[in-house]
Amino acid sequence: MTRTGFVLANLTRRKTRTALTLLSILTAFLLFGLLQAVNVLFSAGADFVGATRLVTQARVSFTQSLPMRLLPQIESVPGVEDVMWQQWFGAVWQENTQLIFLAVDPVRLRAVYPEYVMPDAQWKAFAETRTSMIVGRNLADQYGWKTGEKVPISSNIFPQKDGSKNWIFDLVGIYDGKDAQWQRNTNVGWINYDYFDEANLFGRGAAGTYTIRLANPDQARQVAETIDAMFENSPDETKTQTEKDFNIGFFKQIGDIGLIVRWILFAVFFTLLLVVGNTIAQSVRERIPEFAILKTLGFSDASVLGFVLAEAAALCVIGGLLGLGLATPLGIAIADATGGNLPIAVDHRVWLMGLAAIVLLSLAVGLLPALRAGRLTIVDALAGR
Amino acid sequence: MSEAMVQVRDVHKAYVRGKQTVDVLHGLTLDIPRGDFVALMGPSGSGKTTLLNLIGGLDSPTSGEILVGGERIDRLSGGQLAKWRARNVGFVFQFYNLMPVLTAERNVELPLLLTPLSAAQRRKSVAVALEVVGLSDRARHKPKELSGGQEQRVAIARALVSDPALLICDEPTGDLDRKTADEILGLLQVLNRDHGKTVVMVTHDPKAAEFASRTLHLEKGQLLEQATSAA
Repeated sequence: MTRTGFVLANLTRRKTRTALTLLSILTAFLLFGLLQAVNVLFSAGADFVGATRLVTQARVSFTQSLPMRLLPQIESVPGVEDVMWQQWFGAVWQENTQLIFLAVDPVRLRAVYPEYVMPDAQWKAFAETRTSMIVGRNLADQYGWKTGEKVPISSNIFPQKDGSKNWIFDLVGIYDGKDAQWQRNTNVGWINYDYFDEANLFGRGAAGTYTIRLANPDQARQVAETIDAMFENSPDETKTQTEKDFNIGFFKQIGDIGLIVRWILFAVFFTLLLVVGNTIAQSVRERIPEFAILKTLGFSDASVLGFVLAEAAALCVIGGLLGLGLATPLGIAIADATGGNLPIAVDHRVWLMGLAAIVLLSLAVGLLPALRAGRLTIVDALAGR
Repeated sequence: MSEAMVQVRDVHKAYVRGKQTVDVLHGLTLDIPRGDFVALMGPSGSGKTTLLNLIGGLDSPTSGEILVGGERIDRLSGGQLAKWRARNVGFVFQFYNLMPVLTAERNVELPLLLTPLSAAQRRKSVAVALEVVGLSDRARHKPKELSGGQEQRVAIARALVSDPALLICDEPTGDLDRKTADEILGLLQVLNRDHGKTVVMVTHDPKAAEFASRTLHLEKGQLLEQATSAA
C-alpha cells in the first residue's frame, strides 16, 4: 500500500456518496468545457485563415440593408470570384414557427455555394419561375414538403403590396449538401429575389448582406480590407468578415454571450463548491477519531492535512478530467451537428482553464476541512471532544 | 529489569475547560523498568489515561519531566513527538480504532508507511506481525468482517509491526467478553515476556490487571500504592 492507495481507499468508504459527488463534479466540468469553448469562440478576434467566403454587411448592424449599387464595386475587387446578395425574409410557417428564408438571385447562389447540390432542372426552374423557392433537404423532411407544392409562408418583416404578409411560393427544388457536413447544413429556404423585390411593399433594391466567394483563401484578409476601405466615410460603410465570424456574430445577437456564460459558470461552481465542500467537511467530521489514530501512529499534522487535501483533489481531478474528457467529443459533435455554424472546440485553452479550475476547486473545498483535520489534538479527538 | 524504560518526574498536568482549569496530575513521580508489564488502575477521573497519554507522547505535561528510553519527551515539539511515537511506541485502544476501508494487513502496514522500508520489506514485517497475533489467515479481511477479538489482535499487530520497545494499552479488553479478553491479555503477556516489550496498560478490570507484573493505583492524580501480581 502507498499513501496514494490509502487516499483512494478512503474514497470507497461511502461509494454512493462518492459516486454522486463525482457525478456533480463531472457534470459541472462538462458544462464548464462546453460553455468555456463557447466563450473562447465568441471572444476570439477575426480569423481569416482558410476562409473561402466573406460576408459584407452594413458596418452598424446586419439588420441595416445595403444598396444594390455596391455590387459592381465589390465585384471589381481583385480576388473576388463570385458575389451574391441576400435579404432576410423573416419567414414564419403556419402559426408561429420561425424559419430561415432568404431572398437571393438563384444563379449567383449556385455560383457562390457550389457545396449545395440539386438537379440542373431544379436550378433552372428556380431561376426561371418568379414565385419559386427551394429548400434544404432537412427542412423539406421536417415539414414534409415536396417539389411542385405551393407553400404558404408569411413574413414578419415584409408585407406584399396589398398589405398582406402572407406569401405563396412554388417549391421547385430541394437541395442537399455535397458531403455529410453540408448535408447537416440544409435548414435554409431560398426564395427568388426578383419576385420578392417586385412584390414587397418597401425596401426594394436593397441587399441585407453580400456573400463573396474568393478566388484564393489566402487573400481573404486583403479582400475584406479592400472592400471596407472602398466604402469608408460613405453613407454605406461596410464590415466584411469571414462567413464563420458572421455566423458567430449572428449568435451574438442573443446578448453578451461571454457574460451569460460567466454567470452560468459562476452559478454552477458556486453550487458545486457548496455541495462538494459540504461532502468533504462531513467526511472529515465522521472520521475525526481516524485522523487522531493516524497522528497517534506518527503521521504529522502536515501528513494528515495532506491526506484530506489529496482526497478532495482526487475527487475534483477524477470528476473534472472525466467532465472535460466528455466535453471534448461533445463539442466536436455540436460543431458537427450545426454544420460548422457553431464551431466550438474544447481545445488546449479550455483544458488549461479547466485544469486551473480543478486546482482551485480542490483547494476551495479541501483546505478548510484539511486544516481542521491537521490541527486536531489527539487527546481531544480520541475523547470525542 | 532494573534499567528504567519510563521515568516520570514530578509531573503536573492541568487542562483548561472553558473558564475552568482542571488539575489532573499533581506532582506524579514514577519509574517503569524496561521489560515491565504495568497495569494502571483507579476510578474515573483519577488521571490514568492522562498519565498514559503523557508516557506515550500523545500529550505534554504542564510541568515536570518525562523520559522514555532515556529521551526527554516533554521537551519535544508536536512534530518531533510524532516522529518519536512512530519509532518508539505502539498503541492499543479499547475500540481498536482500525481504518474500516483497509484490510487487516493494510491496517497493520499503515505505520510502516512512515519508514523507509520497501514494499516487499513492509509485506514481510506485516506477515510476521499477523503471525505473532495468530491472524495470518484473516489478513485480507476488513475490520467489519472480523470479530472484536480479531480486531483487537489486528490493532496489536499494528502496534508492534514497527517493533517499538513500549506498548501503551488503554482499556484493551474493555469492549471484549471475558474469554476473548483473557486471550488478548495472554497475547500482551507473551509480547512482554517473550518479545521483551514494556507494556503499560490502563484497565478498570482487576482480572485484567492480574496479567500484569505490577499494578499501580491512581487516585485524584496521585499514585497510591504498588502491588505485584502473582502472574
